[in-house]
Amino acid sequence: MTDIAPAIELKGISKAFGPVQANKDISIRVMPGTIHGIIGENGAGKSTLMSILYGFYKADKGEVFISGRKTEIPDSQAAIAAGIGMVFQHFKLVENFTVLENVVLGAEDGWSLGPSLRKARKELINLADEYGLNVDPDALIEEIGVGMQQRVEILKALYRQADILILDEPTGVLTPAEADQLFRILQRLKAEGKTIILITHKLREIMDVTDTVSVMRRGEMTATVKTSETSPQQLAELMVGRKVLLRVDKTPAKPREAVLEVKGLNVTDDKGVHRLKGIDLTVRAGEVLGIAGVAGNGQSELLEVLGGIQSGEGSVKLNGAEIDLTGRHSDGQSRRARGVAHVPEDRQREGLIMNFAAWENTGFGYHHDDRYNRSRLMMDNAALRQDTEEKMDRFDVRPPNPKLAAKSFSGGNQQKIVLAREIERNPDLLLIGQPTRGVDIGAIEFIHQQIVALRDQGKAILLVSVELEEILALSDRIAVMFDGQIMGERLPDETDEKELGLMMAGMTREAAAAQPQNAAQEG
Amino acid sequence: MDVIPKWADAVLVPLISLILAAVLSALVILAIGEDPVAAAKLMVEGAVGSTYGWGYTLYYATNFIFTGLAVSVAFHARMFNIGGEGQAMLGGLGVALVCLYIPFPHWALALPVAIIGAAAFAAIWAAIPAYLQAKRGSHIVITTIMFNFIAAALLNYLLVGMLKPSGAMDPATAKFAATTHLPTFQDLFSWGEKPVFRGAPANVSFFVSLLACVAVWFLIWRTRLGFEIRAYGESESAAKYAGISPTKIIMISMIISGALAGCMAINNVMGEAERLVLGSVEGAGFIGIAVALMGRSHPLGVLLAAILFGFLYQGGAELALWTNIPRELIIVIQALVIMFTGALDNMIRMPLEKIFLMMRKEGAA
Repeated sequence: MTDIAPAIELKGISKAFGPVQANKDISIRVMPGTIHGIIGENGAGKSTLMSILYGFYKADKGEVFISGRKTEIPDSQAAIAAGIGMVFQHFKLVENFTVLENVVLGAEDGWSLGPSLRKARKELINLADEYGLNVDPDALIEEIGVGMQQRVEILKALYRQADILILDEPTGVLTPAEADQLFRILQRLKAEGKTIILITHKLREIMDVTDTVSVMRRGEMTATVKTSETSPQQLAELMVGRKVLLRVDKTPAKPREAVLEVKGLNVTDDKGVHRLKGIDLTVRAGEVLGIAGVAGNGQSELLEVLGGIQSGEGSVKLNGAEIDLTGRHSDGQSRRARGVAHVPEDRQREGLIMNFAAWENTGFGYHHDDRYNRSRLMMDNAALRQDTEEKMDRFDVRPPNPKLAAKSFSGGNQQKIVLAREIERNPDLLLIGQPTRGVDIGAIEFIHQQIVALRDQGKAILLVSVELEEILALSDRIAVMFDGQIMGERLPDETDEKELGLMMAGMTREAAAAQPQNAAQEG
Repeated sequence: MDVIPKWADAVLVPLISLILAAVLSALVILAIGEDPVAAAKLMVEGAVGSTYGWGYTLYYATNFIFTGLAVSVAFHARMFNIGGEGQAMLGGLGVALVCLYIPFPHWALALPVAIIGAAAFAAIWAAIPAYLQAKRGSHIVITTIMFNFIAAALLNYLLVGMLKPSGAMDPATAKFAATTHLPTFQDLFSWGEKPVFRGAPANVSFFVSLLACVAVWFLIWRTRLGFEIRAYGESESAAKYAGISPTKIIMISMIISGALAGCMAINNVMGEAERLVLGSVEGAGFIGIAVALMGRSHPLGVLLAAILFGFLYQGGAELALWTNIPRELIIVIQALVIMFTGALDNMIRMPLEKIFLMMRKEGAA
């Protein structure tokens, strides 16, 4: 081991943003030809560290060595020159360019595009042979799936002669099958001698594909261990700094009467695109119906129509009575009056007003309530503050200061503020989207417990999440959405991620059940 | 955690901006061969050195308070109301019609009715662009600017035609009846032998503008409507989630904004000219934008910024009167103040944040 220089070695990297120490004295060695995982909660400093490596930020202190040579990386050009390629969580592709054009973009050889494109086409064929990265070079980006788009990002890096590939949360937008394909590609790249750094917060991915894993917590590197010598439980503890429950404790549901009955629900957006195509579903009191699906298959629209943000067509009954989907009583206020609470998918854009104080956010949406108003005109700010203090206490929001702006809280605590507001309203139906997106493991545990507790009080819960593990852990029934339709319903005990993954990719329940083994291997 | 404390943000940033604007202005005055110190003295003396000076400063300030509040209220709903100028013109029309055609026994009766007239005319004028924004998506900045021109043309048409008394030479209405004349500061405060505020146009409207400040503060931070306006202004998507109707907020905030801009007319039309003259708004609608920016859309800030701009207006007029500094240069000085306090806010804030951070670090170490 002493003979081979590490592909990347960081020594004593520190970086502060204002008063926040994002990276504290971080040292790490990534050996060539390995897959090295970096795991940590949101805000642990993973992305900052990688941004320093890729030349987006300049470290306050510390040194970077690439293949044993000390290297300065002032910008991304230098990173590329040093053989580092980065695949971002949000792809940086030009939608209406072809694959080939995107690969060449920024790496043209001269003023004339023709020779570059010809050279790139040849190179792409070579890369496809070498790593099994098959992509049609002439397809438009907007016409290929996200899995393919990600391949293009990887190809871009390889075309620029990258030996070290950094992938930031690469599976966030992929179906389980697509993620498996990605991991096979990564294994192949590794076999050809490339070095891969995989940044993720998903323990399962770390366990599946990495050779070594480094854990970050609050800007510090808390441990680097061989993956074969660790366990998910141990990694979770290293991430959070205390013991955590990875499973949700819950008793079987005791569902009662139907609270929400949706029949033939259609939604067409501003551009005339059909987002929901005849959705039928029922949620009963005392159960959690989980909606699984890859982001963008209509789940958001479903929540928005039910929450009164968007209008739709069809029939939606709440406690047996029809609700207004287009008219005067189709707004959020009317829904709340009917006992619908809504924890939206995007808490920063919808659920909270980031510049409002916590106490203002607690009243948000319920600001017509008598207890928050002194008169028809005036609000009762003191009552709101008092109420917020109590809610913060019950939901363990930290810091428990109602006057602090929402943006000053961490993701988990922001979510707790939204959750406290919606749950404490004692709703009949809770719509909840991505309950733990961007939330740290410690808070995930708490949020999951709250959802189960609400179910046990006999409330109906419609849960939308792109995290399959979360769906499986919380749901009493699972409906899978694809392309604005429900592909079928499964019970969590009778299904697994693979089957759900196939349904998420558009196979019907029957087709998925018929070929559970082989379908995922294709491509 | 905020990087700089609130007091520094509210006081230090505008203060430094002002000093920078003053220094730059001094350099400009120096460059044309005049004495900046003497000029500054003259401005201060002319604007706040006597009750007469104050009477003018506060008169201008009253205009700017109304237009500044107007821009502020709209701004809380993230509507950029550039139409204060036109709305104030229409407010003037409302005041003129009320004062010309209703026989009032006393000004105390005329004032509230004139306020209603001014507010109603201006609110309708603001409601049209608001409707176009809410229902048709026409950008409020574009439409309100265009409505300024339409308002000017409309007043021109009325003042050279219908409203002009026959035989008169200038485009203006007849003089309002004496019973509608508002008491000036001279009338109100000259208790002793020697009259104060002599000949200055400041009048009871100033106190109405102070009341408006309190009312706006109450509206924005204490009422449910204000809560909804601020929520919509901060995040449209969040407002929709909460069931706040964007159409309602756009319409109401613009109507209130327009009404406030219109109320300026009780100061300049009813209080000062005592008739409606063409071009009586004199750019106060636009100054309102600078006032709102500098006052951070807070009524107290608007009040202070309006007095500052009143000072600049009156002091500037004195400069033009008594020195060789040309009138255009005074506009340059005003522009510098607007630029530094309104537009270059972050230029001051960023270094200030750094300084505070360093101080905090040393304090912690």
